[in-house]
Amino acid sequence: MAQFDVIYIGGGPAGYVGALRSAQLGQSVAVVEREGLGGTCVLWGCIPAKALLEAASIVQKVAKGKEFGVTAEKVTLDYGVAMKRSRAVSAQNSKGVEFLFKKNKITWLKGTGVLGAGKSVKVTGVDGKVETHTATKGVVIATGSRVKGLPQIGLGLDKTLILSSDEALIIDKAPATMAVVGAGAVGCEFADVFNAFGSKVTILEVMPRILPIEDEDCSAELEKAFKKRGIEVITGAKLGTVKKGKNNVTIPVEANGEKKEMTFDVVLVAAGRAPNIENIGLKEAGVATTERGFIKINDMFETSAKGIYAIGDVAGPPMLAHKGSREGHVLADILGGVHHHPVNYGNIPSATYCHPEVASIGLTEAQCKEKGLKYKIGKFPFSANGRARTSGETEGFVKIIRDEKFGEILGAHIVGAHATELIHEIAVARENEYTVEEIDLAIHAHPTLSEAIAEAVLDSMGKMLHA
Amino acid sequence: MSTKVYMEALSPTMEEGRLVKWLKAEGDTVKSGDVLAEVETDKAVMELVARGEGIMRKHLIPEGATAPVTSLVGIIAAADEDISALIGGAAVPAAAAPVAAVAPVAPVAPVAAAPVAAVAPVAVAPTPAAPAAPAVDGGRVRTSPLARRIADEQGVNLSGVQGSGPGGRIVKRDIEAAVTSGSANLVAAHAPSATPAPTPRRVAGGPEFRDEPLTQIRKTIARRLAESIGPIPTFYLTAEFDLSRASEMRTAAAELGDAFKVSFNDIILKATATALQQHPEVNAHWLGDKIRYFDTVHLGMAVATDDGLIVPVIFNAEQKRMSEISAEAKALAKRARERKLKPEEFTGSTFSVSNLGMMQIDQFTAIINPPEVGILAIGAIEDKVVVGADGGFEVKKKLRVTMSCDHRVIDGAVGAKFLQTLRRLIENPLLMVF
Repeated sequence: MAQFDVIYIGGGPAGYVGALRSAQLGQSVAVVEREGLGGTCVLWGCIPAKALLEAASIVQKVAKGKEFGVTAEKVTLDYGVAMKRSRAVSAQNSKGVEFLFKKNKITWLKGTGVLGAGKSVKVTGVDGKVETHTATKGVVIATGSRVKGLPQIGLGLDKTLILSSDEALIIDKAPATMAVVGAGAVGCEFADVFNAFGSKVTILEVMPRILPIEDEDCSAELEKAFKKRGIEVITGAKLGTVKKGKNNVTIPVEANGEKKEMTFDVVLVAAGRAPNIENIGLKEAGVATTERGFIKINDMFETSAKGIYAIGDVAGPPMLAHKGSREGHVLADILGGVHHHPVNYGNIPSATYCHPEVASIGLTEAQCKEKGLKYKIGKFPFSANGRARTSGETEGFVKIIRDEKFGEILGAHIVGAHATELIHEIAVARENEYTVEEIDLAIHAHPTLSEAIAEAVLDSMGKMLHA
Repeated sequence: MSTKVYMEALSPTMEEGRLVKWLKAEGDTVKSGDVLAEVETDKAVMELVARGEGIMRKHLIPEGATAPVTSLVGIIAAADEDISALIGGAAVPAAAAPVAAVAPVAPVAPVAAAPVAAVAPVAVAPTPAAPAAPAVDGGRVRTSPLARRIADEQGVNLSGVQGSGPGGRIVKRDIEAAVTSGSANLVAAHAPSATPAPTPRRVAGGPEFRDEPLTQIRKTIARRLAESIGPIPTFYLTAEFDLSRASEMRTAAAELGDAFKVSFNDIILKATATALQQHPEVNAHWLGDKIRYFDTVHLGMAVATDDGLIVPVIFNAEQKRMSEISAEAKALAKRARERKLKPEEFTGSTFSVSNLGMMQIDQFTAIINPPEVGILAIGAIEDKVVVGADGGFEVKKKLRVTMSCDHRVIDGAVGAKFLQTLRRLIENPLLMVF
């Protein structure tokens, strides 16, 4: 039994960043984590997936090498090798967080935490030992979320035929055929990876378009690119009850007024994640949850139980690592008693790392319409951008939505190579309330992909130069 | 974490401040927002508040000393923090305090083009921007480009807005809040009135002015006249008004009770506001590349104080009844003499009135308060013998009013028409209730 200023339950991007910030503010901090530090992000999400996507990118580059005068013969693809490399990268990152914990004198309580009376946490260690620790300032629930299947149509996860992203990250062979159910960021990224490694991939999406939360133009552009690469995309799909064979799965699919049975070697279910609210003693502690199963918090991250806070995926959408990290940082400031800037939930970038990449921030055009805003659109295709031509990555565009009167940047949507990096120019601009004029005034180096942002901005003002 | 305490620009025109009294002694615990000291600005005695927390470790200027805006006057830090490096950039108090008190950290070549002549040469950071400086920082308002654009459109005076962004920067939500609370004030002004409020001329929340780009003829007039008399080419129009009816009204009203007692000055203010509403062409600001015409009247009234002239503002004067104007004028004058006016109470006027009648000045010319384009100078009221309608002699109360006009905006005839309207109102005060 020990006493800390703050105890974080969960060592993912919300919990570990909060812990680092608390420690930086001179507080004694413990983090309860049963697996490795870094959470889903480092072990089962962001990091390993991006390592695989990089492999997919190399596959595509090698295929295009000939036109650059680089011919690679007898190219072989081995998903198993790519997978092992991605695991090594994950382990390395997790060790990095461990190092940061040591440096900041943060105690890692290896085990599972359950809320106790007041501000206490009962930790069952990996060795079976049970200890109760107390916090003086607060207990922070940062238990994250987990993959989920769709058992209602027979797509319960089974780790062999019906996989989640967790298993897809550790299989050692790309299957011959694969269905990806759900075309959000995770679905599109894995479709990209397995397509590159030779699987025949079919995306099945209930909504009328892939990446349904992105701007419609982005969805259309990505669908075009996917189809060009041989990924089958079926949107507005109604799925019937699945029949599981010995080595395959058959899904009845109804789309575009057509019904057919489709059989796949493997089905990857990427239909969202479930918050981890079970077995942590929420009810006993008096911590209320929302209708959708997230922990209910106010704008100071307080739950309905005094001294208990929640951040990250478990505290509500968007379920993004960088949203959780910011919440951890801000909460640590609050608990540390220093001035804090509230989380700006309206300015969280969204990033999908398939090829071409898709990134966005702010409102989509449909949302602007819905809100009755008066706006102007500026759009610039990478096909007209010099740098994109040099690298042969001319798919995609930059789309800027600005307020008609004041030039406020209402939203930005980028499809194209390095879109996930480019979006931050707009993130900084929006955070500082720069308008399209300030972006135009900032000189953009030539030749860069960033020039496409400057041109899209000019287009929104009716002054585009290069298209 | 240490926080440097700077002499802040506590009024829009403040260049230096005199530290009247330290309210936090060295060694006191300080929370963010605590009042650290009283500072006398060019307009009033204001409070200097803490932008950080910790212990008030060091006063770098003594009480009574004067320091330029943005100079370092104190250090807030943790109890055991080494602050010796921070003290280098301190202000050298203009009053007394030997320079040796602030030891130069290292012998350095003379600071080239030092912004403040009295700053001791130091090797460490030159007078930096405060980590959490106020929105108004040495005359420069810290604001986001978007906030500035919206404020410009909505006519929000940025110097009166409290910034909530990083380092006190004014951001969009601050302007929105200022606009919302501004319209709330408007409603409040009508609340006590039992009579129906006059129909507002504009939609609440909409801009209260219109910008007119300069026409070529206006540009030429502006340029030529400024060459002749500059920078504000002023001309003067004098008129003598008959105050007999106004005097009768004032006496009759006073007999109804104390609540109805108003001064001649109140009647003139009310008439001026009403006339300005009918003549937006003189209720304007000259902005260099455009003229801003206001739909609403923010009437400045010059008040003499022991320290000098200050011009508090009766906002939305055209919508206020005479009794409201009277009460407000009285309160503002009192607060001005006590030096308790807040900056937002003496900025933002669209036209001004200066009255020296009570000092037996027959007539005078007042100086325009830019960017306004006109000011009225009110002389003394005196009984004069005039030729009556029947050819006989009569005694009338007469008042001389002189209007100073910025010729770049107001031409002679325009100013004269305004004075005609003002004459009709003052000579027939009943018109003000129609």
